[in-house]
Amino acid sequence: MTDTLNIDCDLVIIGAGMAGMAASLFAGNRNIETVQVGITSEIIFASGLLDLMGVHPVEHGTVWKDPWEGIENLCRDIPDHPYAKIPPTIIHDALEELIAFLNASGLAYVRHERQNALVLTPVGTIKPSYFIPRTMWNGIQALETKDPCLIVDIEGLKGFSARQVVSSFKSLWPGMDHATISFPGSANQGEVYLEPLARSLVIPQARKALADVLRPHLKDARFLGMPAVFGIQDAHKILSDIEKLVGVPIFEIPTMPPSIPGLRLKETFESNLPEKGIRRFFQKRVMGVQMERKGFVVQLGDTSPETLIKTKGIVLASGRFLGKGLTADRKQIRESIFDLPVHQPDKRSEWHCYEFLDPAGHPVNRAGLVTDDRFRPLDRSGNAAHDRLFAAGSILAHQDWMRQKCGSGLAIATAYAAVNAFLDYNAS
Amino acid sequence: MQTVKTQVLIIGGGITGAGIARDLALRGVNCVIVEKHDINAGASGANHGLLHSGARYIFSDTHSAEECRDEGRILKKMAPDCIEDTGGLFVAVAGDDESYITEFPHLCAKSHIPVKELDVKEAREMEPALSSKTIAAFQVQDASIGPFKLSMENIHQARSLGCDLLRHSQVEGFQIENQRITATKLRNLLTHESFMVEAEQVVNAGGAWAKEIAALAGCQIDLLYSKGSLLVTHNRLTERVINRLRPSSNADILVPGGTVSILGTTSIRIENLDAIFPTTKEIDAIVGEGAAMIPELEMVRYIRAYAGVRPLVGTVSEEGGRHISRSFTLINHETEDLENFTTITGGKLTTYRLMAEKTADLVCARLGVTKPCVTRTEPLPTTPATRWTQPGIAPKLWMQHNDPDDLLLCECEMVPKSVVNSLALSIHEQNGKPDLVALGLRSRIGKGTCQGTFCAQRIAAYLYDIDEMTGKEGLENIRAFVSERWRGERPLLWDTSLIQAELKEALYCGLFGVELND
Repeated sequence: MTDTLNIDCDLVIIGAGMAGMAASLFAGNRNIETVQVGITSEIIFASGLLDLMGVHPVEHGTVWKDPWEGIENLCRDIPDHPYAKIPPTIIHDALEELIAFLNASGLAYVRHERQNALVLTPVGTIKPSYFIPRTMWNGIQALETKDPCLIVDIEGLKGFSARQVVSSFKSLWPGMDHATISFPGSANQGEVYLEPLARSLVIPQARKALADVLRPHLKDARFLGMPAVFGIQDAHKILSDIEKLVGVPIFEIPTMPPSIPGLRLKETFESNLPEKGIRRFFQKRVMGVQMERKGFVVQLGDTSPETLIKTKGIVLASGRFLGKGLTADRKQIRESIFDLPVHQPDKRSEWHCYEFLDPAGHPVNRAGLVTDDRFRPLDRSGNAAHDRLFAAGSILAHQDWMRQKCGSGLAIATAYAAVNAFLDYNAS
Repeated sequence: MQTVKTQVLIIGGGITGAGIARDLALRGVNCVIVEKHDINAGASGANHGLLHSGARYIFSDTHSAEECRDEGRILKKMAPDCIEDTGGLFVAVAGDDESYITEFPHLCAKSHIPVKELDVKEAREMEPALSSKTIAAFQVQDASIGPFKLSMENIHQARSLGCDLLRHSQVEGFQIENQRITATKLRNLLTHESFMVEAEQVVNAGGAWAKEIAALAGCQIDLLYSKGSLLVTHNRLTERVINRLRPSSNADILVPGGTVSILGTTSIRIENLDAIFPTTKEIDAIVGEGAAMIPELEMVRYIRAYAGVRPLVGTVSEEGGRHISRSFTLINHETEDLENFTTITGGKLTTYRLMAEKTADLVCARLGVTKPCVTRTEPLPTTPATRWTQPGIAPKLWMQHNDPDDLLLCECEMVPKSVVNSLALSIHEQNGKPDLVALGLRSRIGKGTCQGTFCAQRIAAYLYDIDEMTGKEGLENIRAFVSERWRGERPLLWDTSLIQAELKEALYCGLFGVELND
C-alpha cells in the first residue's frame, strides 16, 4: 500500500483552463492558501485573444464595437447571464488585475479604450476581440490603415495559407500580397509544427536568419503578417528584434490550435503562479470530493486516492465537455465531480439545432450550473449546494461564450467574483 | 442558351444512372447523365453498402431474393475491386420467433440460396462480438460493397467511351411535341445558367425523385417514400455482415466496410423529400435494437449517422412500407402517349446491374440498336481515382510511398495532399471545381473522429495554395462542409462525440466567427 499524501489548505481550485488559472492568480494575490488541480491541456486550445463581449443578440449577429455597451445590453436582455451578476466595474477590475499579471510576467497584452479590436483570421473572417497579444497589435493597426502589407506563410505548416488570407481580403485590402518562406532550420523537413519553430527563436542567430529570409520578400510592404510563431517566452522582445532587422512592423495572425499564443498563456501561468504560493497538482484526476459542514476533502489520484486535500472552500472551474466538467450520455448532461444539477434542455433531440451555424446557437451550449448571486451552484432544492462551493467559467449556465465571443472575460470575471465571494464567506 | 446533343439523356447520377450509362456506352450508344447534386447524392450514397445474398428476402419476396442471389454472384465476378467478400451470418437471439429459425434454411434451399447452419459456439468464435444470448446462427454469402466506388467506376468507363456527366444540373422541364420529348431544359445550380439537352431517348433514373421528374413530363408514378437511417461506428466490429434472423425490423443489419461498421436501418414512411435526416429518436432505437445482436453497440463510439429514402413503387398502407416488393419497376410511359421516355425506380444496390440492363434493353430497342448487354460478362475496370472512399486505403498507400512532403491534410483518415490532387483532377474531369463537399464525397476526408474540425481549414488552405480556390471561397466552403458534416453528427452528440463537436464550434465559431455575416 502506498502512502496517501494529506494536505490542508483554504481553497482548492478545480480546473486549469482560463477560469482556473485566473482564480488561482486572484487567490494568490489575496494570500489565500490555495491548491490548484486539473488537467492543463485545455488552455492550449486557446487562441490567445481575450474576448470580453462581441456578439449580442446572437440571433441577429450584432457585433458590438464597445464591449461594455454590449455587456450592458446583454445583461438587460439575459438577466440570468453570469455577467449580469457582476457590476461592470468589477469585471473591469478583474480584467485589469489579470492583464497586469500577464504584462508583469512578460506576456504583453494591449487593448483599445472601450472598443473591440478587429483581428484578421486565416479563414478570411474578421474577429472582434478585446485584449490582444502585443504581438498581434500591429495587425489591428494595419487593418485600420490598409497600408501595403505582406502576409507570409511557412512551407510545411498546415492550415495557414498566405494566399488564402490575401485572396479572402483582396477586395477590402488591395495592398496585400503573399509570400511563402522555408523557416530557417526546417527546410526539407516535410511537415513543420509551430512550437519548435517558436522555441528556436530564443537564439538571436535564428532571429537573424528568419529576418534574412523575410526581407527580400518585402518590396513596398509597410507591414508584415505571419502565423503566430514568434517565441514562447519573451515573445514581444523576439518580435521587436526581428522587426528591427526586417525594417517594418510585424504582426502575428491567430492560428488553429494548438496555438503558440495559447501555449504562452499556459507557460506564463504555470511558471509564475507558484511564486504566488499556489500549490499545483496537474494531470491528476479528482476522484471524488467529500462535502463536510465546514469544508471539503478532495481526493486526487488515478486508480486509488493518492492525495487527500482538506480545504475550506472550492472554486469549480472544470469547464464544459471539452474540459470534462460536464459529461453527457444519451439521456442527460451531468456535472462530473459533485453531480450538481445541470440546467439543460428536456431531451437530447433539443440539445442542438438542425444547422451547425444556426445563428441562434445550440441550446446545449447554454446548459450548465445555475448559481446564486455569489456564484454558489444550487442543489436540487434550489439552495446553495454548500456555503463555500463556487463555480466559475464556461461551466456556468445561460451563456454561450462561443457565439457571444465572451469566453475569456467570462472566465476571468466569474473567477474573480468567486474568489472574492469565498473570502467573504470564509470571514463570516 | 447552350444546347447539348446526345442519343440518351439519363436523369440521375446514382448507381442506376451510372449503371445505365455504362451499359449503353458498351453498346456504342452515346449518353449524358445529368445530376442535381453530385454522384450518389440520394439513396445510392445512403445505404448499408450491402451486397445481398438474397437470404434477407426469402420470407417476404422470393422474386427479389433470387434476383439478389444471381446479381450478387455476377458482381462478385465482374466488380471484385468494389467488393469485400466478407460472407454473412444470420443470427437469432433469445426471444426471437423460433418458427423463423426453423423455416429459414428450408426457404433458402428452396430459392437455391446457399446457407450453412452453424453451432452457436462456433458462430461466436467466428464473431466474438455476437451476444451471449445468440440462439441460432446461419452462414450465407453476403458481402460488403462500396457504393461510391461502384458508381464512380461505372461513370468512369462510360466517360472513357464518350459519355458525359453534368453535375449540379437540375431538370426544370420538358419540351414535348408529337408524343416525344424533344428537349429537356436544365439549370446549373452553381452558375444558375439554363441549358437544353436534345436527346432521342430520356431515361428517368431519379430514384426517390423519379416521381417529381416524371410529373414534369406530365406522367404520374405511384411512389412511396421510406426513410432509412444508418449509423457508422468508429471501429469495425465484425468480420462479416451480421443480419438479425427475424422479420425485417429496425437495426437488423451490421455491415463491415474497411475500418468501420454500418448499423441500420429504420423504415419510416415520409410524405415528401424535403427533410431527410436521421432523428435522435431513430438513432436511439437503432442503437437499442442493434445491441440485442451485438451488445457492444450500446457502448461504442459512433461517428456519423445518415438517412436515405427508398423509393417504393405501388400503393400500400402499412406504416414503414417494409413488405412492399423491393424489386424494381421499369415504366415505358407508352400508355401516357410518350414514346421516348422511360422511368426506372425501386430496386436496390445489389440489383443495379440488372436494372441497368433492362432499361438499356428498352432504350436500345427504341433506338434500333441491336447490340446486346455485355455487363454480365464484361468486368468493370478499376481506376485509381475511385478508391479513396474505402476506409483504410489512403493510410495504407501513404505509408507505402512514404514521402515526407506529402503532408496528411486529414489526419483522422490519413488523407494526404497527393490524394487531394488526384481527387481535384477527377472532379475537373467531371465538369466541376474541387470544393470541400465534393472532395469529401469522393474520399474519407472529414469522416474520421474529428468530423472536419481540423481538415476543413487545412484543405481549404491547401486549395488556395494550388490555385483551386480564390476570394472568399474558402470561407464559403468551410461553412458548407461543416454544415454537411453536422447533419450526420447532430443525432449522435453525446460522450466523446459531443466533446469533439464542442471543439469544432470553439474553433469555427468561437475563434473564427464563421457563423457571422461578412
